[in-house]
Amino acid sequence: MKTFIFGTLVEHKPGVLQKVSNMFRQRNFNIESITVGPTEREDVARMTITMKGEEEDAVQLEKQLRKLIDVLEVKLLDPSETVVRELALVKVRADDWRARSDLVNWANIFRSRIVDVSPDAIMIEITGAPSKIDAFLELMKRFELLEISRTGITAMERGLNRIGLK
Amino acid sequence: MLELSGSRALVKALEREGVSVIFGLPGGAITPVYDALLDSGIRHILARHEQSAAHMADGYARASGRAGVCMATSGPGSTNLVTGIANAYMDSSPIVAFTGQVPRAMIGRDAFQEADIIGITSPITKYNYQVRSASEIPSVVKKAFLIATSGRPGPVLVDLPKDVQTEVAGMEFPDKVEVRGLSSPPDPDPELLGRAAELLAEADAPFILAGGGVRISNAHRELVRLAELLMAPVGTTLMGKGCIREDHPLSVGVIGMHGSPLANTLIVKADVLLAVGTRFADRTTCDADAFCKEAKIIHIDIDPAEIGKNKRVHIGIEGDARKALVGLIEELAKRLKGERSAHWYERVKQVKAKLQNEDGDGLSPPRLLKRLRRLLPDDAIVTTEVGQNQMWASLHFKAYGPRNFITSGGLGTMGFGFPAAIGAKVARPDVPVVDIAGDGSFQMTMNSLATSVSEGIPVIVVILNNRMLGMVAQWQRLFFRGRYSAVEIRPPDFVKIAEAYGAQGIRAESMEEFERAVKAALGSDVTTVIDVPINPEEDVFPMVPPGCKLEDMMGV
Repeated sequence: MKTFIFGTLVEHKPGVLQKVSNMFRQRNFNIESITVGPTEREDVARMTITMKGEEEDAVQLEKQLRKLIDVLEVKLLDPSETVVRELALVKVRADDWRARSDLVNWANIFRSRIVDVSPDAIMIEITGAPSKIDAFLELMKRFELLEISRTGITAMERGLNRIGLK
Repeated sequence: MLELSGSRALVKALEREGVSVIFGLPGGAITPVYDALLDSGIRHILARHEQSAAHMADGYARASGRAGVCMATSGPGSTNLVTGIANAYMDSSPIVAFTGQVPRAMIGRDAFQEADIIGITSPITKYNYQVRSASEIPSVVKKAFLIATSGRPGPVLVDLPKDVQTEVAGMEFPDKVEVRGLSSPPDPDPELLGRAAELLAEADAPFILAGGGVRISNAHRELVRLAELLMAPVGTTLMGKGCIREDHPLSVGVIGMHGSPLANTLIVKADVLLAVGTRFADRTTCDADAFCKEAKIIHIDIDPAEIGKNKRVHIGIEGDARKALVGLIEELAKRLKGERSAHWYERVKQVKAKLQNEDGDGLSPPRLLKRLRRLLPDDAIVTTEVGQNQMWASLHFKAYGPRNFITSGGLGTMGFGFPAAIGAKVARPDVPVVDIAGDGSFQMTMNSLATSVSEGIPVIVVILNNRMLGMVAQWQRLFFRGRYSAVEIRPPDFVKIAEAYGAQGIRAESMEEFERAVKAALGSDVTTVIDVPINPEEDVFPMVPPGCKLEDMMGV
């Protein structure tokens, strides 16, 4: 199984995410993540969809996406030509000083940021390729992980390539 | 700018789309629209259940080639439409459904007769939309019809909150709308057409499989021209039945689980298969991987997602079936030189002669349906219910035109045939419309008798009455050691039922009585139900058992 990332532009209005995710469920696609956000155009939103499967599943997913009236453009992104990022917030119990100093060190090594400190816990914000976040979370297992929130993948092609409306 | 209420704007927009008839059933949340309809020339046909209203719109669409319109209130009215919408979706039929909805401020509060019909119908509509302000109505209606009828057709649902129907706003009625997410199908790629023509020209045993897409794109003439050019036999899917006149020497009937022996025997011998406007449904291919394994397959479809979805093909051509066939004929004409070898056609004729099937005796369904064919004019429209009646009709009733055989293929909806016949009759009042029914299916929507009688829409229902849910009983005989479970249904007296509704009811217990009944029905201006008792344990054969290949067809 391979991972495929699709960049899509969709109508920016209520119900569109539901229609897209409904189609994935109905057609049995193996979706890893969907992220949605506004774009430079007020009436267009951007969805980044990550799926796992075989080549032909990816081809079929692209075609089924295109069939949805609210989906305006679909592009299968070439991983070697694409910047892929994810953000995670990680909350760890840190009620003794040794844990705290380890956390601060590792957070620095991963170029992540400590965004909240309380007497008992530390919250870290980390951004990067999903594999980097996986590695960081693996390290964090040495501590008591209280909460993790990952955004899912967002992606953009390098250079002048872009997903544009016709 | 015109100041109008949402409901008046809706009616005006429908008139501008050329809508002349709506099938529906009113209720609280759609009453403003029903009030506005009173001042319109649009005919409203009152269904007795919203499911039937949707099937009527579907039958109307399939018989006419235009979008059918149905209407229901919020909540249960809208959810009752669901089966009919799903049915239209599976068979790519253009219907536009309008549903009432609770007022905007009440949405999401579990109000009386509130249902999330947008959420419910998302997977079974080509598009659906809840109108949030009255001024949108003219363009929304225009878009709905455009989406329903363009490319691969399908159902569209428009949900109308009650206060949007009464809201007065300045209305602009556009002559043209654009839907930016609706891509128009590309012209068929000439290079691919050339390669396809190459394959076909060199084929020893070409075979053409025509699906519903041929009917939808009006490509039936081109289909026959191409077949004659290649001297290739033409089989159809259930949806494509009638795209080639079934008495044409090259017609071999319907392919599939209950396909004609001739079609199933020949298609597996093909070296090149041209499939047009079909999605390689499992009831057609049976085992998709094994289906025509040795053949080179060319697939033409307007929906690119169908190419390679169920079956890997050698050449996939995206585009309108008619345009593609026209291109293919041109390319072939360049390549075909001299006489085609008669070898393959001789083989077709041989197999055809060998497979003259037995029709049984007495009131066997094959005999009845062949007799019915002789009694009806060529341009009569036949609809079917679902089950044995449908498969017998597919096997033994020859269709002579692309819009003359209307059946629920994808969803397999029992109860479809009768309301669909009413819808078809509204579209084509000039021809007889006959529903070939079973006693099980007919009971699902027989309350549409009220509609057909009170609205003066006479159709003919022929019930092949085996007092069984026949297809399930057949499976239980074949695959469950004959243990009948919940299939013996002891139907009511259909003659009395018909009479109670003011229709004509006739029981036919011999072939002579059947013939007299059909003639009486053809001459009648009221709906006629012909109840024909048949052997309760007769099987539909041939049959490809579930999970088997076409080659494993049994009962030939």
